Amino acid sequence: MTFSEFLKHHIVYLDGGMGTLLQAKGLKPGEYPEYWNLIHPEAITEIHRNYFDAGSHVVATNTFGANSLKFSLDELDQIVKAAVENAKAARAQSTSGQDKYIALDIGPSGKLLRPLGDLDFEDAVSLFATTVKLGVKYGVDLILIETMNDSYETKAALLAAKENSDLPVIVSNAYGEDGKLMTGATPGAMAALLEGMGADAIGANCSLGPKQLRGVIEELLQSCSVPVVLKPNAGLPKAIDGKTVFDITKEEFSDEVASLIQKGVRVVGGCCGTTPEYIKSLTEKTAGFKPVAIEEKNLTVVSSYTHAVKFGEAPVLIGERINPTGKKRFKQALLENDMDYILGEGVRQQEKGVHILDVNVGLPDIDEVKMLQTSVCELQAIIDLPLQIDTSDPVAMESALRRYNGKAMINSVNGKTENMEAIFPLVKKYGGLVVALTLDENGIPETADGRFEIAEKILKTAAKYGIHKKDIIFDTLAMTISADTSSAMATLQALHRIRKELGCHTSLGVSNVSFGLPNRDAINGTFFALALENGLSAAIMNPFSQDMMKTYYTYKALKGLDDNCAEYISVADSFVVSQGTPLTDTGKTAEEFKSELQRAIIKGFKEKAGDLTKVLLEKVPPLDIVQNEIIPALDVVGKGFENKTVYLPQLLMSAEAAKNAFEQLKAFMSKGEATAADKGTVVIATVHGDIHDIGKNIVKLLLENYGYDVVDLGKDVPPEEVTDTVIRLHAPLVGLSALMTTTVPAMEETIKELQDKAPWCKTVVGGAVLTQEYADKIGADHYAKDAMEAVRYAEAVIDCTKES
Amino acid sequence: MILTKTFSEPPFCEKEILRYAGCKSPSPDISALLHSCLEEVRPKLSYKVCYRELPVTVTEDVCDFEVFAFTSKNLAQNLKEAKSVILFAATVGTQIDRLISKYGRISPAKGLMLQAIGAERIEALCDAFCDDLKKERPMGQCPRFSPGYGDLPITAQKEIFALLDCPKHIGLSLTDSFLMSPSKSVTAFVGLTDAKTNEK
Repeated sequence: MTFSEFLKHHIVYLDGGMGTLLQAKGLKPGEYPEYWNLIHPEAITEIHRNYFDAGSHVVATNTFGANSLKFSLDELDQIVKAAVENAKAARAQSTSGQDKYIALDIGPSGKLLRPLGDLDFEDAVSLFATTVKLGVKYGVDLILIETMNDSYETKAALLAAKENSDLPVIVSNAYGEDGKLMTGATPGAMAALLEGMGADAIGANCSLGPKQLRGVIEELLQSCSVPVVLKPNAGLPKAIDGKTVFDITKEEFSDEVASLIQKGVRVVGGCCGTTPEYIKSLTEKTAGFKPVAIEEKNLTVVSSYTHAVKFGEAPVLIGERINPTGKKRFKQALLENDMDYILGEGVRQQEKGVHILDVNVGLPDIDEVKMLQTSVCELQAIIDLPLQIDTSDPVAMESALRRYNGKAMINSVNGKTENMEAIFPLVKKYGGLVVALTLDENGIPETADGRFEIAEKILKTAAKYGIHKKDIIFDTLAMTISADTSSAMATLQALHRIRKELGCHTSLGVSNVSFGLPNRDAINGTFFALALENGLSAAIMNPFSQDMMKTYYTYKALKGLDDNCAEYISVADSFVVSQGTPLTDTGKTAEEFKSELQRAIIKGFKEKAGDLTKVLLEKVPPLDIVQNEIIPALDVVGKGFENKTVYLPQLLMSAEAAKNAFEQLKAFMSKGEATAADKGTVVIATVHGDIHDIGKNIVKLLLENYGYDVVDLGKDVPPEEVTDTVIRLHAPLVGLSALMTTTVPAMEETIKELQDKAPWCKTVVGGAVLTQEYADKIGADHYAKDAMEAVRYAEAVIDCTKES
Repeated sequence: MILTKTFSEPPFCEKEILRYAGCKSPSPDISALLHSCLEEVRPKLSYKVCYRELPVTVTEDVCDFEVFAFTSKNLAQNLKEAKSVILFAATVGTQIDRLISKYGRISPAKGLMLQAIGAERIEALCDAFCDDLKKERPMGQCPRFSPGYGDLPITAQKEIFALLDCPKHIGLSLTDSFLMSPSKSVTAFVGLTDAKTNEK
């Protein structure tokens, strides 16, 4: 019987701990246990055999850390080969009668993935792929990915397993005492991600005992429609007489695990501190247990690297603002590769309360594949909301889905055969909840019935690809009532039928309904309410629309979805029509400030600086505001900082206020006014190998304030990328940051390359470990001890180049 | 042999945070900034330490811990009275790094403040660990000594990480350029001496 078939109808017993047993046999601290496959095969075989004899159906090869970061390819091949042979020898020797399988054990790489660490996602995929291929070559029956404490690395490992084998894959994560992975994922989020990608069983192992893991397991049992795995430690480790002892006995262990088998866990074993005796106690105690049947949970769910969002309870809000359509400022940001603006749009929508962010960065003049992938990576680095990836280009879709840290929403598929053939394989491979538009080769049917039929066709085709209907959410296409007043009703009827008759969830781009009409928000808000009442599960919407948010909160309150109306009460005040915020503080306007705007910047009042600028723009030309207001205010603060009367946090607050003022100018000017003359381009980067960038970001903010066009290459930037950018833009100045002595050589290398290939360009360096002496040694043109000094140097270099 | 401990939140020292932020006397605006950052970051911090005890033999410039040895005059000086050594790694987790990079992009003033909070938190965690150790092992303690101090190179992290298996125990990893990730983390040696603990 194959393992997949066995898993369907049985309780599966895995093995127990390996490390503790090897230490007892003489494994030294810091020694790689994987070498023991080669140097002490008999010891490894004996341990495996003892587990088979104790009743384990599956033993995992001694390859937990067998990856190409730790071993050369030759060594790795030998290690995996020997590890599988040792397990096979144990299977041959064992006399017990149960079915016996061998799992290729894959543990974490020991590195954190970017952006938290320095391991690239694709490098992680290929390092796991190397191990998987060897396991397949030497004949394992299944793959066990375990002890992963980061969702992104887990995804990389599962992707490697799926791309390089047809074997069943069990995936098990290490949860902390807070019930989450180290990088923040809940069990529900992991279930969504892993089940979406086709893991055959999902669970928890290591770090805690069975008692502490109970909560995690219960959440997995509620979330998973595949078998749940539990492989806990023998309780918690304690030091007794200098030795590590785990705090529960085999009896307590097997009692606890047995009670969770009765709750529905289907795959069980032990991790650190457990021995063949623990497994024996467990197999004996649960010998007569019937496996609990696995139910299809029918959950429609997406996830981020921290949490899952479920459809069908309260309405789900999908923020639509990351999209260039009809937005000049956003288009400009895309063309200038201004990622901070895009991130800002994401953060502001999150603050307004959306649950998911739609990401659409398609423009005719940009490389959408690259831009979409970058946007997804940058957004998920700082925002913990699930993303809806919105593109009509399947190539861009795949590259973004691949890098997405969770189960994404996919926008979109439609009833056209060609389109389904392009999109469904991606949904199957990477997981995802796909938005299905009820249109096909013949366009959008006018009637509800026509749209319903397309929905049925889409479901049927999806099923052929093995995609469950819970992973399809229908959009019945809101059309403007200004063209045809019956169109809203057709949309709503189709919505209703799909929800009731097909049992699928639905989503709408609500605002299309009002296109061409005045005061669109008023129509949108009411249409949203009607759609919710007809079974709408999610809306792609503008969270800055008061009418939409009003409908959302009032609907929840009226439908019993808001306990004690608490949420409604907390936002109700914001729905009162604003009388316009007074722009001056009541009473006092200190005389020492030349104007209100200067005061706002000097004091660091971010919102106010923006509001005041907007008002000023009605009568003052933008360049005058820069010259007469913003620059003088920045000078006051900058000089204060240099004289040590203003501290760094204050300087930054002022800089942020100034930036907000500039943002208003930018928005104003992209409406067609003449643009301000930039002083010049400065390329900045944190050097290769260095992953800290707060210092660089501070310098960037100040340089922008002073009118420089800053090209920010980010952190961990290879020398050639800096040089290429400098050459391409013929930039007169580069700012480099390094934090550690170990990354200063990378800075030196970057400077050397620049001197060779871009000799016109000056370099200014800074960072925690740098000194004037260091800067001289590595050949930098200038050392800036703080951000203001970097600005002063830019003024000296660039202004003088311009004059010459 | 490797033990793991999770601590509850050590008390905050605002003055210390402001010092790290480069700010001696805070204006009301800066205090408000500090408090809003604290409110946001507090629920996202975790306080984890993994550690093991090592035997040590110290000669003039070599510290021999049996499983490996470091050549470092400064470390040898630090540990010369030590009967044994506790080697530990501490971290306040990945979530604060996420926040620092978020605000580094959209509000560097907040990013700077969070950076300062992280620096204060990890020191507070090390203090909490050493105090706790003092209770368990009522012996004298040499000052904490980390790679990068004096002549002990940052590259010593490699051996320390191998010995403590930090990725597995507390989710702490090392980059190719020997930076720790999460960034708000510390590894250090603490020598234990015969001298009885001085009651504070």
